[in-house]
Amino acid sequence: MTGDLLYSETEDALRESVRALLAANCPSDRVASMYDGDESLARDLWGAVSVAMELPAIGLPESLGGSGASAREVAVVMEELGRVVAPIPFLTSSVIAQRSLGHCGETDLLKAMADGSHVCALAVPFSSFGRTRGESVSVSGGRVTGSVAAVAGAGHADVILVPGLDGGDLTLQAVDAADAHVTRRSSLDMSRPVCDLTFESSPAREIARGQDADDAVSSGLLMGSAMLASEQVGVAEWCLETTVAYVKQRNQFGRPIGSFQAVKHRLARLWISVNSARAAARNAAVLVEPGDVPAKVAVALAQSYCSDVAVLAAEECVQLHGGIGMTWEHPTHLYLKRAKADQLALGTPAHYRARLAALNSL
Amino acid sequence: MSASADLARAFLADWDPATTRLESLRARYDAGLAWVSRPEGVGGLGASRDDQREVDGIFAAAGFPDNNAAANGIGLGMAAPTIFAVGTDEQKQRLLRPLWTGEEIWCQLFSEPGAGSDLANIATRATRTDGGWIVSGQKVWTSNAHNAVRALLVARTDPDLPKHEGLTYFAMNMLDPGVEVRPLRQLTGEAEFNEVFLTDVFVPDEDLLGSVNDGWRVAMTTLASERVSIGNSDADIEEAMVDVVERTWRSAPQRTRDVMQDRFLRLWVDARVADLTAARMKQQLAAGRPGPEGSALKVTFARLAQELSGLELELLGADGLGYGDWAMVRPTAVVFTGRDAGYRYLRAKGNSIEGGTTEILLNIIAEKVLGLPPEHRPDKGMAWKDSPR
Repeated sequence: MTGDLLYSETEDALRESVRALLAANCPSDRVASMYDGDESLARDLWGAVSVAMELPAIGLPESLGGSGASAREVAVVMEELGRVVAPIPFLTSSVIAQRSLGHCGETDLLKAMADGSHVCALAVPFSSFGRTRGESVSVSGGRVTGSVAAVAGAGHADVILVPGLDGGDLTLQAVDAADAHVTRRSSLDMSRPVCDLTFESSPAREIARGQDADDAVSSGLLMGSAMLASEQVGVAEWCLETTVAYVKQRNQFGRPIGSFQAVKHRLARLWISVNSARAAARNAAVLVEPGDVPAKVAVALAQSYCSDVAVLAAEECVQLHGGIGMTWEHPTHLYLKRAKADQLALGTPAHYRARLAALNSL
Repeated sequence: MSASADLARAFLADWDPATTRLESLRARYDAGLAWVSRPEGVGGLGASRDDQREVDGIFAAAGFPDNNAAANGIGLGMAAPTIFAVGTDEQKQRLLRPLWTGEEIWCQLFSEPGAGSDLANIATRATRTDGGWIVSGQKVWTSNAHNAVRALLVARTDPDLPKHEGLTYFAMNMLDPGVEVRPLRQLTGEAEFNEVFLTDVFVPDEDLLGSVNDGWRVAMTTLASERVSIGNSDADIEEAMVDVVERTWRSAPQRTRDVMQDRFLRLWVDARVADLTAARMKQQLAAGRPGPEGSALKVTFARLAQELSGLELELLGADGLGYGDWAMVRPTAVVFTGRDAGYRYLRAKGNSIEGGTTEILLNIIAEKVLGLPPEHRPDKGMAWKDSPR
């Protein structure tokens, strides 16, 4: 059975408010400035979405100070964040870390996150697929030592959730960011930069162990993958709309370039792909919640498909803008970098195809 | 449990299984249980479209004879929606009942040698005569013409008007002595299609559908139904191509699977996402928000059927070198996946041509959905008789 893949009236209304808020607070020139070291937008925008809409807590239960939004609704927020390549840690903190903490019953920390004042990051490489073995960090006597490379959302984090091995056991440890060495990397996508983390006997509080820790991490990553598909739909949608608008007004040979069939057909095919990506992403958002086999199949299908569509849309956007698409001034490059980084994030399409083969005995 | 279902059960309670097949079907139609969402008096109850599946299930479970829908796809899928949309009350009463029961098989006389993608370039002429029209011309790619007793015909009634404006739509009698049907053998070996030669065929005024010179608009109604049905394909009637090829995949040797796995998985993912896209389109239609997705789905399903069926032959290796049967048969229903892998591969080539080529459908999406400029048309606004051909 297929669930309801359309947007409800509530979801449409949510989209409208988020879009208006982002239009006023996330100008693309300030996103571009992040590549030149001005990160002021990241904090300003996080503050704006926290105050105006309490967005960081949208998916938390009301008892913890959240809005109790479903995954379908959070997915709508992700689409809108993708449309403006918003440089805030919503995916890493409000989706992935919150889901892992929820699994561990960490209500105090979740309450502290509800007003946006506490940001959390799960210390796994952003390219991680499905789970982690925690082998690069060792745990002993309430302290963690080791390193994790290419972690997203750690730059402004207050608390870092560190998977690490204690003897043979996987554990999940909460570490105050002030007790970790956080090295910012020059990243492909500076609107979601990655950091290298090093822990040298950093004080830590254990929040899960063994199977429990494994489940906490994998449920966070599964929810993150499902929501990432909707971000990818938002990225693709912006690229398609922007390109269509451009080819209508750009004239060469005395006519709009959008009147040439070679261009029309490329964009028609892209529209077909984006429309299909939306169906796949909605399906993942509808089915992800229980985390069972149908959830894993739906998420793997969405990640196999939407990652490549976002990249294709951004690449078509560059090509069909011609020279202007190669410039720093035009925002297209922000979308290309986000789309390509997103394709690597949380596992590549090839990883998800292999998972589908395993889940369906193909 | 819907009211339609209650009526179906009540009808069946009174039905005598000894009744002939045709009388049974006529009685079901007269009881409004043929297409329940259609109006009363013409085979329907004015009920919700959702009730149809339930009612069909109840009749099937009772062993009630079915109307062999597969043999009359054009009648049920295209002629009926067109007659409901533009037919007079008299035409609905006269044409729809034998159509639904399968007494009258329909075919579609649209395409011509000079009017394929440029359908409005139709040259078949219909000229006025006492009480009707005299039709002469040549039609092609006509599925089922050899079984049909009725045809959806588009013919030119006024060559002095621009090409879209001088066309008229008729429900033509295929048994007229001026109709000659010749099989058109295709690359699969069989002759699913025909050429139809029309020589002074008489069409009475009562068989005019819509009004004179309004045939293009009516034809668009028919084609919209066709694309929705081809795009969904076979989902309800035949096994989907991806399911057939998935089965072949599972039985392929491991060494073959090792080298082809990513290629197969990419197609498998695309096909499953296409199913979700189709499901979403149906939800939009049910919510009263029809979109242009029918054209998009047809483009997608055509590509997937072609690539999957091509891959299937490679999976089969030596077995892929065989072919079921080249004999020229004239099938009564279109088959996409029901025969052997070689047939599937060859037949799928037609999927991106029939019912609107992929190129034309991409133009439609680009122009109607994305609002991109229309193609240059040198014959625009020109009288059809003067236009370049």
